[in-house]
Amino acid sequence: MTDQLKQRIEQTIGKDRVMLFMKGNPQMPQCGFSAAVVGVLKEIGAPFSSHNILADPELREGLKEYSSWPTYPQLYVDGKLVGGADIVRELHARGELAQLLKK
Amino acid sequence: MAISPAEIKARIQAALPDASVSVTDTTGGGDHFAATVVSAAFAGKGPVDRHRLVYAALGDAMRGPIHALALTTQTPEERTNS
Repeated sequence: MTDQLKQRIEQTIGKDRVMLFMKGNPQMPQCGFSAAVVGVLKEIGAPFSSHNILADPELREGLKEYSSWPTYPQLYVDGKLVGGADIVRELHARGELAQLLKK
Repeated sequence: MAISPAEIKARIQAALPDASVSVTDTTGGGDHFAATVVSAAFAGKGPVDRHRLVYAALGDAMRGPIHALALTTQTPEERTNS
C-alpha cells in the first residue's frame, strides 16, 4: 500500500470519533449488514459519520488490508476497529456498545 | 464461484486444528454463510482478533466466493458456560 493511501485511510478514520465504513449511506444502506449497524447506532442515538466504500474503490481495498479485516461494514471508535456487524450487534446485546460510544 | 460449508470448515480447521466448527449456508446460494468456531486459540483475545484469526484462515475465499460470513467465536470454556 502506498504511503499516500495509508495516510488517506488514517485521515478518513480520524474524521469523527465514531466512524462507520459502509456500503451506501445511512439514509440508503446498500447491504443488510451495513443497515443493521446503522440501525444499532441510531437506536443508541450516538452521533457518527460514515464513508460509502462503494463510491471509493481505492479506499475499499486499502482499508481491508490496513485493518486485516476483509468485509464491510467496519465500525471505528477513537480510531480503533470495534468490529463488523456481528460484533456490533453482540456488543449492543450486552449493553457494552452504548458505554463504549459514551466515553 | 461457490464454496461449500465443508470447505470453509476444512480451511478453518487447517489453521486452528483444535477448533470445533459448524458452518451453514444461510441462503443455499453458496455465498452467504454462518459459522460458529470454538477454539482454545481465542482465549485472552478480543472479538476483533478472534474474527481476524478466522478471516486469515479463510484467506482469499473472503475476497471472492464468500460474500458474507456471520461469525460466532468462543473458547471451549465459554461454550460450556453458555
